[in-house]
Amino acid sequence: MTSRKVEISVGFFVALGIAALIFLALKVASAGVTGSGETYTIHAKFDNIGGLKVRSSVKVGGVIVGRVESIHLDPEDYAPVATLAIDTQYDNFPDTSSLSILTSGLLGEQYLGLEPGFIDETVEILGNGDYIEDTKSALVLEELIGQFLFSQGNDD
Amino acid sequence: MDKIQQLGRHTLDRFSAVGRATYLLIGALFGGRPNLVKGFPLFVKQLYVVGVLSLVIILVSGLFIGMVLALQGYTVLIDYGAEDSLGPMVSLALLRELGPVVTALLFAGRAGSALTAEIGLMKATEQLSSLEMMAVDPLRRVVAPRFWAGVVSMPLLALLFSSVGILGGHIVGVEWLGVDHGSFWSIMQASVDFKDDIMNGVIKSLVFAFVCTWIALFRGYDAVPTSEGISTATTQTVVQSSLAVLGLDFVLTALMFGN
Amino acid sequence: MTFQSQNNAVQNENGLTPHVELKNVTFSRGDRIIYDDISMSFPKGKVTAIMGPSGIGKTTLLRLIGGQLYPDSGEILVAGNNIPSLNRAQLYKVREKMSMLFQSGALFTEMSVFDNVAFPIREHTKLPEDIIRTMALLKLESVGLRGARDLMPNELSGGMARRAALARAIALDPELIMYDEPFVGQDPISMGVLVRLIRDLNHSLNLTSIVVSHDVHEVMSIADYMYIIADKRVIGHGTKEQLLQSESPLVQQFLKGQADGPVPFHFAADSLQQDLMQG
Repeated sequence: MTSRKVEISVGFFVALGIAALIFLALKVASAGVTGSGETYTIHAKFDNIGGLKVRSSVKVGGVIVGRVESIHLDPEDYAPVATLAIDTQYDNFPDTSSLSILTSGLLGEQYLGLEPGFIDETVEILGNGDYIEDTKSALVLEELIGQFLFSQGNDD
Repeated sequence: MDKIQQLGRHTLDRFSAVGRATYLLIGALFGGRPNLVKGFPLFVKQLYVVGVLSLVIILVSGLFIGMVLALQGYTVLIDYGAEDSLGPMVSLALLRELGPVVTALLFAGRAGSALTAEIGLMKATEQLSSLEMMAVDPLRRVVAPRFWAGVVSMPLLALLFSSVGILGGHIVGVEWLGVDHGSFWSIMQASVDFKDDIMNGVIKSLVFAFVCTWIALFRGYDAVPTSEGISTATTQTVVQSSLAVLGLDFVLTALMFGN
Repeated sequence: MTFQSQNNAVQNENGLTPHVELKNVTFSRGDRIIYDDISMSFPKGKVTAIMGPSGIGKTTLLRLIGGQLYPDSGEILVAGNNIPSLNRAQLYKVREKMSMLFQSGALFTEMSVFDNVAFPIREHTKLPEDIIRTMALLKLESVGLRGARDLMPNELSGGMARRAALARAIALDPELIMYDEPFVGQDPISMGVLVRLIRDLNHSLNLTSIVVSHDVHEVMSIADYMYIIADKRVIGHGTKEQLLQSESPLVQQFLKGQADGPVPFHFAADSLQQDLMQG
């Protein structure tokens, strides 16, 4: 085996490996929000965050516009607060927009559905660090059952 | 009482083996000033022996495992109407687990045992002693290039394994079993994250590479210089590397993908 | 420990300057004592032989001199440097002037004969390739293998492999060369070639040669001085004439190749009668 052939095959091998990495990065992994990189922060308070996790997605009409950066409890009233990182190209959300915790599919993971509210002169646009007021918490199974049984009981 | 004595001695032997192995590693990586001009051709040659020559078994295994994953996954998912999730199932299984682990096991069997046998034979034919007497450090000349070659080539091989496996999954899932082409790739892209899945797989691979190559080189260097000794050493390399990979995989998976 | 160059050594009893000296060296492996307080002296520019029964550790002695093993106590001086006390860098410096010829030759199997001989030159000097080529060819010529330079080690016979290894050992013109059982398993012709080479190289390159062997006849024809080792110590030393006149029965048994004597024929066992009766 001449050393020239050895060098060529090793170079080929390394190039192949790097090509595999690029293939995986582009075609297999999500090239979504991590694309543009620039984000701004919005906070939202909930009664119950259900199964929402850090890095869950924030979607508008099914399109991913951001991710949950962190979840913590408000230090004063102990209500769960989610901090979201929204892509800066979507910077026109009025403060009348609403956030709901939705489930993708029947058994899927939970995500935040963001619905833009109406826009008029009295309405402000959400900027970095603002709070969204209108939030709908997650549906907790036990409460649903409790409501169901309660309403059943009332029918009698 | 005798058994306990034996156990004690056995444990001490193990500790001393780890100690010698650490000396070997430190001597190979940090002994003397690194000479990149002389060392690089040796490194390239070892990359060929360890990496390029393992390509065939890795690519073929990857292809088959990807195809089998798709087959098996399809039969399970179709019952839930969830066959569109075949894409993420195959790719996540490969990128997070099968890619790094199976590559490491195959590597230990093929390249690891070859390294052990080669170095053991060099020891038995006194080539290592000759190097020492010629004032050339065998750790830097023989062990170090092989170590770096192993650490560099295994992650590359694991990436190739996963890529070929995903393509194999595509062939079986989309072309043969009729899963929708668009869903296969788009749901996969939505589920696979570059940092969490691909890079974690690469990190696993690096850890496995370090451990497998280290074990293979140490077993060769430490072997009893007879034909029986080399045969024992080669077997030990494969067994110990495999056990280490599986054990570390558990630890790493718990760290990376647990809560 | 300062790094000394040569010519500071004291002359030994023969009036020759020793190049290598062992002073009160004790070496043991595990609980087994291999050498117990031995002292030896190897004069410069001469061929000194180390002989003794097989298995008593003659190769170990060479490894001690070369610094691959460390004695429990005592000094091992090579050109004035106490080998066990040197650090790694100093030891490697001393080894550049030392060569060892292993029993099997120990050529590097992945390179040709030529590359094997050129290896030490390429490693330790920055000479250009054409000068290296000349040097390697000359070394091969001196052992008679210039025509075999492009062969691979697995294509060589045992004797040729040893000669090639010898060419490699002299590639950097060492001052000391150690031969580990060079005559083992050789046919009479190769034996004769090796004997001649050892003697001629010693004279032409002014080497100090240490030959470990148990081939009494061959060794006696070239050695200027001899040591006989047995039973963890030196049991006799001197020139050929001095040894042949030695009064020690052990020396006589060894030199004459007698089957029985101070080194008994029978391995230690109970009496024959007892063994047969218990069977």
